Amino acid sequence: MHYCGDFRTTYRKDMEIFQTPFIKVCMAVFLVFLLVLPVLKLKGEYLLKGEYLWILLQILIASIGAVGINILTGYTGQISLGQGAFLGVGAYTSAYVTAKMGLSFWVGIPAAGLVTALAGMVFGIPSLRLKGLYLAIATLASQFILEWIFVRWESVTGGSHGITIPRPSIAGHTFSTDRSYYYIVLAVAIVMILFAANLMRTRTGRAFMAVRDHYISAEIMGIHLFKYRLLSFGISSFYAGVAGALFGHSLKYVTSEQFNIEVSIVYLAMIIIGGLGSIIGSIFGAVFMILLPKLLSVVTEMVSADIPSIARLAISFEHGIFGLIIILFLIFEPDGLAHRWKMVKAYWKLYPFSY
Amino acid sequence: MSLLRIDDMHLSFGGVKAINGVSTDVARGRIHAIIGPNGAGKTSLFNCISCVYRPQRGSVYFEDRKITGMMPHQIARLGIARTFQNIALFHHMTVLDNLMLGRHLFLKRGVFFGGIYLGPARKEEIENRKIVEDIVDFLEIENIRKKPVGTLPYGLRKRVELARALSLSPKLLLLDEPMAGMNLEEKEDMARFILDINEERGVTIILIEHDLSVVMDISHRVSVLDFGVKISEGDPAQVANDPHVIRAYIGEDDDFLREPEAH
Repeated sequence: MHYCGDFRTTYRKDMEIFQTPFIKVCMAVFLVFLLVLPVLKLKGEYLLKGEYLWILLQILIASIGAVGINILTGYTGQISLGQGAFLGVGAYTSAYVTAKMGLSFWVGIPAAGLVTALAGMVFGIPSLRLKGLYLAIATLASQFILEWIFVRWESVTGGSHGITIPRPSIAGHTFSTDRSYYYIVLAVAIVMILFAANLMRTRTGRAFMAVRDHYISAEIMGIHLFKYRLLSFGISSFYAGVAGALFGHSLKYVTSEQFNIEVSIVYLAMIIIGGLGSIIGSIFGAVFMILLPKLLSVVTEMVSADIPSIARLAISFEHGIFGLIIILFLIFEPDGLAHRWKMVKAYWKLYPFSY
Repeated sequence: MSLLRIDDMHLSFGGVKAINGVSTDVARGRIHAIIGPNGAGKTSLFNCISCVYRPQRGSVYFEDRKITGMMPHQIARLGIARTFQNIALFHHMTVLDNLMLGRHLFLKRGVFFGGIYLGPARKEEIENRKIVEDIVDFLEIENIRKKPVGTLPYGLRKRVELARALSLSPKLLLLDEPMAGMNLEEKEDMARFILDINEERGVTIILIEHDLSVVMDISHRVSVLDFGVKISEGDPAQVANDPHVIRAYIGEDDDFLREPEAH
């Protein structure tokens, strides 16, 4: 007999991350899609042109960074305006390790994560006393302090000239093209996002959310507040560091302007638009914030080419429309894209019998 | 034998003396009620026991160990759980997650294994899920176990908060007005749960409650506070007939009974 519905009879099944066979197949298909997309060729040309591949690459990197800031802001409730600088710490660390010390990329990436985690925890110390908006301002201070260090500590960071850094290599093969580097970033992104998803649904993640929702009762339930607040900074910054390092290696060049306050705000926007306290929301947010400006500029270019008389106007409108779309999103979907995604799933679950 | 001993506790906020020299003993395995008019210092007393406040003078001993001066999260480790007057659940988390959070101290795997999940972390998650599910069954909240707490009605939230406190496997449970704002049926359910927790699980309970009929029915011993001072203590019948208690609750006899004089 075949039952209609989804019955789970063990706790183990009930606690799986991808619960139904359908979801598992979907994830597998999606993974295969991500794997073959860059190498698909149509009439001898890559289906995914260089600039589009670059966008995909940046989305993957931003996903890692967005998951990082979501752990801190979405899950633990500590608003951070320093994500950009923490990305920078990661990028400079990996740059220093690979370009100046001559070590491998595979040392540089973990080193970037660990050094940034340490930096994040140092700048997270005020979280013992400060909460909410006050903590946000404290993290803003960390943004400025770190930016200042990037420019002034010339022996390490190369000052305003920046550092040129190499692409990774395995056993003599260098991943010098974007197309090959993509696979390294994809692998790191998948591992890190799955790790975060697991972490957030087990002991540590629950403690973070408890601290966010009601810190006094979290403490009464046996959670060491300061430890978990700092841990959240540490883990979040680890993700930022790795994302920053991957970003640096993708550009092959690191300079302080890449990690200014604007980057921090863009990352904060990613998780607010994607969905606070949601791993998939972080990814949606990263896709949204990176893809939308590009789409808009493509549209602007097309319009300008067709109607040259409004070309200048269209270009100046581009940013305005970007802002408008963000505002509309916040009005109509304040819980983020992750929430919308849930609604869509719920709708199709019972389709066509919605009762 | 006493499980919890409060010794000459003084707590003041600026000029306001919230607790003024309260001492009491809570016997193991009992339901001990603390009653008193609003502002008598009942919740402040709880906050001193769970170390949210630090009294200026006096100490609290749990199993003959001084706990005053500890951090609140250390108190949980000793086996003291509590609920709050204004529900203090984690609103965006599901009921199950709230209860699993109560198992925090019993789960051991940290960041590394938690992120990998497969293996040790999954094993202990499943083990503790079983314990949590026992509590879910016990308090009859099976049908809401996957709902976010923020979406639940008030009475159920109170019950979930009790469940979360129980998931700490406490020796001592502090209940701050568990029946406030409930209707008769919900109160009866809650009273039954409190009795069951005490009898089946052997948990000692300290209870703050304003509904005196419930207090008199279920508690073994009652302490009465008024303006931070303990004015009476004893078994329910004794306390109910104590003139000090009557005065605290309904005022001076003669004020209350005297006929208004005609002018």
